[in-house]
This record gives sequence, C-alpha cells and structure tokens, in this order.
Amino acid sequence: MGDIIKSDKIAVDRAELEKRPSVLRGDKVTKVFGYGNSKTVAVNAVNFNFREREVISIVGESGSGKTTLAKMLLGLIGVTEGDVYFKDAKRDISSHRKKKEYWRGIQAVFQDPFSAFNIFSKIDSLLLDCINLMGGKKFSPEKKYEMMSEACSFVNLKYDELTNKYPFELSGGQMQRLMIARIFLLKPKILIADEPTSMVDACSRATILDMLMKLRDEVGMTIIFITHDIGLAYYVSDTVYIMEQGKFVEVGSAEDVIISPQAEYTRRLISDVPKIHEEWDLSTV
Amino acid sequence: MGKVILEVKDLKTKYVTRFKESVYAVDGVSLQIEEGKSLGVAGESGCGKSTLALSLMGYYFAPLHYISGDIIIDGKNISGMKPDEVRKNVLGREVAYIPQAAMNALNPTQKVIKFVEDVVRAHDKSMSKKDIYDMAVQRFEVLGLPKEVLSKYSVELSGGMKQRTVIAISTIKSPKVLIADEPSSALDVTSQKMVIKMMRELMEKGYIKAMIFITHELPLLYNVTDDIMVMYAGQIIERGTAHEMVFDPVHPYSKGLMGSIIVPEAGTRDVKLEAIPGTPPNLKKPPPGCRFAARCKYKIPTCEHGERSPRIFDNNRMHRCIHSVEYLQERYKNEREAGSKGKVSETGAE
Repeated sequence: MGDIIKSDKIAVDRAELEKRPSVLRGDKVTKVFGYGNSKTVAVNAVNFNFREREVISIVGESGSGKTTLAKMLLGLIGVTEGDVYFKDAKRDISSHRKKKEYWRGIQAVFQDPFSAFNIFSKIDSLLLDCINLMGGKKFSPEKKYEMMSEACSFVNLKYDELTNKYPFELSGGQMQRLMIARIFLLKPKILIADEPTSMVDACSRATILDMLMKLRDEVGMTIIFITHDIGLAYYVSDTVYIMEQGKFVEVGSAEDVIISPQAEYTRRLISDVPKIHEEWDLSTV
Repeated sequence: MGKVILEVKDLKTKYVTRFKESVYAVDGVSLQIEEGKSLGVAGESGCGKSTLALSLMGYYFAPLHYISGDIIIDGKNISGMKPDEVRKNVLGREVAYIPQAAMNALNPTQKVIKFVEDVVRAHDKSMSKKDIYDMAVQRFEVLGLPKEVLSKYSVELSGGMKQRTVIAISTIKSPKVLIADEPSSALDVTSQKMVIKMMRELMEKGYIKAMIFITHELPLLYNVTDDIMVMYAGQIIERGTAHEMVFDPVHPYSKGLMGSIIVPEAGTRDVKLEAIPGTPPNLKKPPPGCRFAARCKYKIPTCEHGERSPRIFDNNRMHRCIHSVEYLQERYKNEREAGSKGKVSETGAE
C-alpha cells in the first residue's frame, strides 16, 4: 500500500473549486410524501451547491432520502418546497419540452443495469435516441454510425458486435458500460450516478469508476455519486455530503469528512465499515 | 495443529445445460479446515464460488452434478451419499448453508417459530412444540435476538433482522460446518456488522465448529476469516492467512483483486486502483494451461500449455503460478517503485 500522502494539494484544490461556476444549486429543497398523520418528510430543507467538474458523493444509509433527492434533481418527481437552480438560473421544467431541454444537461446512471433498458428495443435505437436528444436527428447515417462506434469504443465495447442485439443478450457489466456509452454521446453538464457499482464485483467496480473519471475529464462534467459505499465516496469525490433522515449532517472535502468526521452519525457510519489497516470494532453494535 | 473438521479432496462438480453441455464450475478443489477456524473464499463473479458452496453440502440436484472427489466432515465421508440420506443426516446437523438471499426464504404467511419447528422436526420428530420453543428462546437469547421475533411474521422484521433470524434457525441443530455465501451483501453497513458479530458468536460459543465465508468484499473477508483462498475459473489459485493474502498476495490474479480494494482510511485515496482487464474464461471449455494466462501481465509462452499444479511455499501457503514467489515479489516491488502517482491504472482492451 502507498504511503500516507497528505499534501497541501488538496487545500489548493478547494480554493480553486470554490471559484468555479455553480452548475446546480439547491435552496431549502424539501420533499414531503403523504398527508396528515402519514406525512413523511423524505428530504428536509437541504442546501447544496455543486460546481463545475466537481465530484460529489451523497452518502447515507437506506432510507436516508438520498435517492429521493436524486430524483428531484433529475426532475423525475416534483419538489414540495424550495428551489433548484441550474447554472445559476432557476430551473424551469413545467412543460415536457422544457424538461427535455433540461435533460440535455443532466443525466443519470442507475444501480440496476438490467432494468434500465427497454427490453423491446435494440441497442442501436437506444444509442440513436441519445443522438436525437442531442439534436442530431438530421445527421447522415454515416455520421451517426461514427458517433455510435466512438461511444462504444470509449467503454471498450465493439459497436459492430452489438448492433442488432437486444439488451438482455449482454452481461451485467457490458450493460453498465453501455449506460456509460450513452452518457458519452449525450455529454451532459451533470451526471447523477445512483449506486452505479453496488451490483457489480470489486474488479468491475474499478473499471467503471475508471471510465466515469475519464469521461469527466473529457466532457468536463460534474458527477454526483449517490452511494452507501463510504470507501467509494472517499476514493473518488472532492466533496462528501453525509445524509441522515433527510438532512445533511456533515459536508466537506472527502479528506475532512471521512478521516476526521465531526458528526456522531458520520463516525458511526465509518466505524461500521470493515477496514484493513485499523481494527474493526465489533462491540459497538 | 487442531482437529480437522472439514476436508475436501480434489472435488469436481459440473453443471449440465439443456443442450447437454458440461460446465466445469468446480474443478479439483482441495481444502482443509481445522476446528475453530474460518476460511474465506474470494474471487470475481463467475469464478465458481457459489457452486463450491453448493457442492460442499453434498446435496446435488440438477443441473448440478457430482463428478469425483471426497468431502469428509469430522471423519465421515459424505460425497457418495444419496440425496435423501444427505438431506436427513447431513444438512442441518453436519453442514448448514446460508445462501445469498437467505432473508427472502421466509414464507410471509408463517410465524418465525414455525420455521424453527420445521427444521427441528426434519431431524427429530419426537420433540414437542413446547420443547422446541424453549430451545429456540434459549438459542435466540444467546445470540442477542429478542425472543419476540419468534412470534412475528417475516414481513414485520427488517432486512438485517431477517438475515440474523435465518442464520439462527439454520444453525439450531448446531451443525459442524457453516457455509455462508454472501450473507451480508444485500445489507447496509450497520446490519452487516450485526450479522458478522452474530456469526463470530456462533463460533466462539461452539455452536459451529468451522466456517466457510464467501464474498467478493475483501476488506470484510479480511476482518472475518482466519484464512483466505482465491478462486479463479473453478480452481483455487492461492491460499494463505488473511493478513498474508491482503498485504502480500503472490499470484498475479490475487494481486489484481487486492488492488481493487477501496477502504475509507487515510492515505488510500492516493493509491492507484487496479482493474483486471477482460472477463473470466468460459468454463464449458476451460483453457489449457494456466486459466488466468489470457488476462495476465506476466504471461510467458509456456503459461498456455500443461496443467499448473499447486506449489506449496512458506509452510502452508499455496499458489498456482508458473513463476516463483521470489520472481513475482521482485516484479511487484519494481512496479511499486516505478508506479506513477496517477489515480487509476490503465485498463486493457477486452
């Protein structure tokens, strides 16, 4: 294992990070499900500011509201209270056309690649949809072919082997990579990755993370990881948000939050993860 | 050396598909576990870990078939037994198996105590309901489960609680060997820790004598088991103590696996993450020679010919690489020194 490097590189990075333009900002974003007695506050007045090319992780246990927040950011469910600002302008997704416009800037990769595809349409049509959404409807077939094969080769797939196939003919890892090929075509400003690696083993996890990071450098996008894997959050992100029962209990750089956590909840969460250099204390549960 | 509880000699099993093709998922596995010890099995998806777990029970049903080899539990060979006999005399008493999604095994229309009765009655018809209840209460208490669980339906329990209940039920007859296949993968970190704690207690209190723990989460394995073995394409390619395997792996495949570990600890953020290119070979037709050769960085032409036999070194460690331990360690050392500060290593082509 490598030496412990705690250079001031991280501090410099943060100052520069704060100066970058904001891509997605939330002001007291709240989501309430149900009415009266059965009212559940899933996300409780959270504030956040995601900047250009930043890698963010939102970490919490099951039921902490992280996926609800992701869905609100994507515009899949409404926001009960509060405002979301996209590139410093208030987000407007009141009509279908405006929503489509918004989705050119924000895209997602979900946990389960098996249920993310329409099983009735071929892989070609999936990739063509992306090109159409980008406004490439009038491109020549050659141009479209070129774009699709470029996207596939970016994720180590071969377009010529995939064409005319249905999604269920691929393995889980291939499907997850195809999802990333979609993102490569769309080149969104923001990518929300909801547990992108929790259904694959550790080796494929490294491959998928590698591709997402390469994509970030190439496209210059912001990536928001929604995860309960603290190791992953620590490894990839610039900023970590710890979520408990709909609220952010701790926010800060990965180094600060994971290595010297302040909130009780964060400490407990980290102590529950098995480690290899420190003793794993089983007596605390 | 303690008493050997489980001994497996050159076990071979296969799946037979609808088209009568054979898939050799466990191909010559030998292992030994002593009393009070636990063994971890690591490997990628599709390496035969779960099939090994199924095969070790000695209970074969289509499409899984037994080919050859011995499974000896505490001096008793169970490999030649008929399925019915295995079910009556081996399962639950000698071996208990916890599959991946064990918590979904509870019938939602029955109370938990009913499952306990089922398990006990399968072996001993004479026990009264009262006796079974008392026995269950006593066992649950020892393992830190509230006795109220017994009179609940499974839907009333949380995921972690369900998993712990299933483990408690399946070990109620105090089997000698517990085989746990990813028992905590579907749970969040806190429930996972509770499940692990319970399994440790089972061992410490002597309800089970030995344990096999299967998972692809290496930090977890490191914390739970005494020894780790790495499986690849149906074979064991390296075995050693947990510490040796995590900090000083020898086989290039184990090395790659250990390189994909991510833990939230200071300093690990700057360590290069390794990804092994490619996928495991098709086990319908395992490649001749070293099965990892196609994906290996240290491949030499002779790798692809002739069966690799296990090589023992350092009194009880085993590996299956053509290179010597010294050679591999030297290569790793040089690489570490030459390694750039880049975050993620290059992934090769498919």
